[in-house]
Amino acid sequence: MWSYERRLQFPVNIKEPNAKLAQVIISQFGGPDGELAASMRYLSQRYSMPYREVAGLLTDIGTEELGHLEMVGAIVHQLTRNLSMEEIEQSGFDKYYVDHTIGVWPQAAGGVPFNANQFQVKGDIITDLHEDMAAEQKARSTYDNILRLIKDQDVCEPIKFLRQREVVHYQRFGEALRMTQDRLNSKNFYAFNPGFDRCETCEK
Amino acid sequence: MNHKEELLMDIGIVSFTLVDLTLFLDTHPTDRTAMEYFNHYVRIKNQLEKEFSMKYYPLNISMAESNKEWRWGMAPLPWEGGC
Repeated sequence: MWSYERRLQFPVNIKEPNAKLAQVIISQFGGPDGELAASMRYLSQRYSMPYREVAGLLTDIGTEELGHLEMVGAIVHQLTRNLSMEEIEQSGFDKYYVDHTIGVWPQAAGGVPFNANQFQVKGDIITDLHEDMAAEQKARSTYDNILRLIKDQDVCEPIKFLRQREVVHYQRFGEALRMTQDRLNSKNFYAFNPGFDRCETCEK
Repeated sequence: MNHKEELLMDIGIVSFTLVDLTLFLDTHPTDRTAMEYFNHYVRIKNQLEKEFSMKYYPLNISMAESNKEWRWGMAPLPWEGGC
């Protein structure tokens, strides 16, 4: 169950439209390492987590990612509102515009639509937590790539905030992996699925 | 910055503190200092949100009691900018 808060996690107030930048930033909306994939990954992985603390962490981070999805959506929206037809044509935004006008649709920067194949739910806590840590780093790299393309401070500040959250989430997932391993037999971490296999030597 | 913007900024800061503390406590469930911070800021957040809701518009559905018009529906949306 969720309830909505009618405010962004970090303010987004962009004064100058920039269709070229919007086409790049939309990757963090619906791209392979974007916020939608992040949220769906964590919220879907929760059910097969054998330890309640880890399932709780996935719920809280998955929820925060929904807030980030909303922030990225707000950035793309504010970068594309009030565009002239001339700007749409000259920036290369015309290919997106023809299908979506200036609506915000989940796709990667290269135009590839959002797809559940961009994340995995393996049903194995060790496997899934490793994927989650990799995902946070991939998103951090993407934000770094975006930051190298931004000159507008209004866009830079919320992107820097989002980048920083990837670092914090990586740290927390690392701690969740440690908490998981603390419950397991250290001679046998990576050889079985602690949520599925029943073996006497698996857990402590 | 007017009072409304200031109050919303304060709510954003306090709420973010709580988000970060929540994740920290998820993996450090016996850290008493973090819990004290959490208890302190959660009270401030509730108080500020109540004040904002009464003066301007409801930020969540539990503060959306309405008489003449549906206050939740009339409230600005966050992607419009300025909030």
